[in-house]
Amino acid sequence: MDFRTCVNIQKEWDIVGARQFGRDFSKKLGFGIVDQARIATAISELARNIYLYAGSGKICFDEVENVGSRGICIVSLDTGPGIKDISQVMEDGFSTSGGLGAGLPGVKRLMDEFDITSKEGEGTEIRVVKWVR
Amino acid sequence: MAKKLKEILVDNSNNLVHMWLEEVAEKQKEVTNSSISQDLFENTNREFVNIIFGSVEKESLTSDLDRFTERVINLGWPLSYLTDGLQLFKRVAIEFLIEHEELEVSVPEVLRNVDELVNPVINQLVNEYSGSWENTVSLQRVALQELSAPLIPVMENITVMPLIGTIDTERAKFIMENLLDGVIKHHAEVVLIDITGVPVVDTMVAHHIIQAAEAVRLVGSTCILVGIRPEIAQTIVNLGIDLSKFPTKSSLRKGFTAALEMTNQMIVQTNSEEQTIEELIDSLDRSEQS
Repeated sequence: MDFRTCVNIQKEWDIVGARQFGRDFSKKLGFGIVDQARIATAISELARNIYLYAGSGKICFDEVENVGSRGICIVSLDTGPGIKDISQVMEDGFSTSGGLGAGLPGVKRLMDEFDITSKEGEGTEIRVVKWVR
Repeated sequence: MAKKLKEILVDNSNNLVHMWLEEVAEKQKEVTNSSISQDLFENTNREFVNIIFGSVEKESLTSDLDRFTERVINLGWPLSYLTDGLQLFKRVAIEFLIEHEELEVSVPEVLRNVDELVNPVINQLVNEYSGSWENTVSLQRVALQELSAPLIPVMENITVMPLIGTIDTERAKFIMENLLDGVIKHHAEVVLIDITGVPVVDTMVAHHIIQAAEAVRLVGSTCILVGIRPEIAQTIVNLGIDLSKFPTKSSLRKGFTAALEMTNQMIVQTNSEEQTIEELIDSLDRSEQS
């Protein structure tokens, strides 16, 4: 898949970079202030997951279109250890790092579409879409 | 052999300088920077090439080179100006030597010798330049750390911690430490954490705030989270973060009022005399206007 822009996540500060880019991009697409905050938060969660669990990876951004409506598509890619039990990480309150365990289920609630594929030992790909209302 | 090549270069320095200046001017046309005056650019170029020659001639790094680098850094010119300049110098020198008639040295030999002459200069410049950047970055880091978690005792028993900017793990640690130290030092009963300036509250930030508030509760004080903007409130709800364990308020003002109530304090206005005078002046102003 060909993306317009990708932000590499290697250091903790890269999360801020990705978030800032996502915010600007969503602003350009015409999202309101609340949705901008939602998108920025979702990116923050995804990027932090990469930083915490996979070590390095990237967040890619693209514009999507569907019968008259526009949206932002964000894909988080890494080649980390992968997720063993996806249904478990999608449960509220599950965390392996002592966090709140609201990250991935939270992202799902923040965005309109949520798609996750992961293979143990190979990495994880999470694709989320938010439509402009 | 290297000696001879060097001599040829030094003997023909005028030619080389001329060629180099032309090349650099050509290069400059491609990346025109209007903020740099032509005069300054030419002078710097001249100085630069003299310093290169100085270093090549002495085959050692001069203090002139250090001073020049420092100046370029202070002017804020990009590193590429220096590296491009030196690459061009290498090219000019190699071309010149190869075209030189009385030369009975093979081409690889020429390349190797010129490399040996110019590379130390390049290394020195790049080191100096990146060193200066590293220095700037570390200074900014320190400056940022100083800003990161201030605790302001505003009244007896009430302190405020305004948070501005992104919270990363390192800063979260600072916040926790400062908060607890401050609570004990200032005997604060109520601490207001103001997150108006925090751009994004994700689970990690929320987690740290919850932990800090819990720690404050353990030392016997109360934490009020203030400055929650509407969009942040919505994302917190979407994320499903439970902040019900401690009081929250939309603004610092409301939080402060709540804190006053909790500590059984009140702000009363004094100087009623002064106020009546002000009112008098106000009414006079109004009557004048009408």
